[in-house]
Amino acid sequence: MTVSLAFDIGLAGLILAIGSWTVFARNAQAAVIGFVAYGLLLAIMWVRLSAVDVALTEAAIGSGMTGMLLLGAVARVRPADGHAVLVNLPGRIVTGLLCGMISAGLAIASLSPPETIRTLAPAVMENLSQSGLGNPVAGVLFVYRALDTLLEKVVVVLALLGIWSLAPDRAWGGIPGLRIYVQPSSTLTLLAQVLPPVGIVVAIYMCWVGAKLPGGAFQGGAVLAAMWLLATIAGLQNLPSIDQFWLRFLLVIGPALFLAVGLAGFVLANAFLAYPDGYAKPLIVVIEVSLTLSIGVALGMLGAGPPERSQR
Amino acid sequence: MNAATWFGLCGAALVGVGLFGFSTNPDPLRKILAFNLVGSGAFLIFGVIAKRGAAVGLGGDPVPQALVITAIVVAFAATALAIALLLRLFEEAGEATLDSNNSDDIRRNEF
Repeated sequence: MTVSLAFDIGLAGLILAIGSWTVFARNAQAAVIGFVAYGLLLAIMWVRLSAVDVALTEAAIGSGMTGMLLLGAVARVRPADGHAVLVNLPGRIVTGLLCGMISAGLAIASLSPPETIRTLAPAVMENLSQSGLGNPVAGVLFVYRALDTLLEKVVVVLALLGIWSLAPDRAWGGIPGLRIYVQPSSTLTLLAQVLPPVGIVVAIYMCWVGAKLPGGAFQGGAVLAAMWLLATIAGLQNLPSIDQFWLRFLLVIGPALFLAVGLAGFVLANAFLAYPDGYAKPLIVVIEVSLTLSIGVALGMLGAGPPERSQR
Repeated sequence: MNAATWFGLCGAALVGVGLFGFSTNPDPLRKILAFNLVGSGAFLIFGVIAKRGAAVGLGGDPVPQALVITAIVVAFAATALAIALLLRLFEEAGEATLDSNNSDDIRRNEF
């Protein structure tokens, strides 16, 4: 057994242990903190699976943004005290057996690989040069499966609409009720002053380099959102009310531009979401930049939650 | 057994553990957590399939990898909406529980 295999087995064991902790821990807050660690370890596993783009997304979204939302929820919601009905012991045993069977079935499936392994990697690489991109994953996201990517951005905006519509009537059009911790000259304030300039540069880099190397609009947008939320939580700047025109404009500009380019494809390249010859790379870069802005704003507002205070 | 196979087994176990937590824990927040566990387990199995498709100098098949990125984002959007629903339920009912015995309290608060 080589060292790297031992590392991978240890990693898999650790992830399973922490994953189980998030389910079996008594304290909800401890479970959520475990979930953040779980997400970061999962990101390492994605690197080991040679999927660096996925690892970046998992670390930023799966662990970071989800963890932030869950921690915020744990802090607000008191756990239902006492009268929570737990499934009785026989019920738990039966559930455990059934879940175990599902796991066993999936395990058997992963232990018996198909005889002929089908892969689309050669097809992707063959046609990648036409798109002018160097990162095959970006190629799939923006060329071959562009429809998925477009719909994914729309889903994020829809989720935000869903969250906003949960606002009480009096707060509609108001300011999201993100908790702000104003403690002058604390570590948080210092971090919120020092990190955003660096973070914004990192976000621009990730967005730009995404065409060639792992990275891209989503990862860049997530970093932007994190910087925005950091500065807001530290009380250095206020969140906008949700009826601001610029906010709504930035939210939809990315998906709208993507859709417009897609529709233009009907005329210029004979198919929806097709790019005209020779213009693929510049168009994709324009779409990526606008998507990074939209995603940054959307993730930031998703993190901030529904409006709770009416306008100043 | 190579590393990818171990990761596949880990993903399979995570789906089971997550489903168990989702079915047995009455706390909605823990259900959201457990459901994310099921999702990440399924993504991991998909990632192992992507790794198997390594060819032409790539470490894995980029098509499933791109789909997993989309999946993680959609899972996040759903989680964010679920948490917002949970917080609103808590605000309205004073507690966040799916216990049907307490649904009377919720109705009384509404009217």
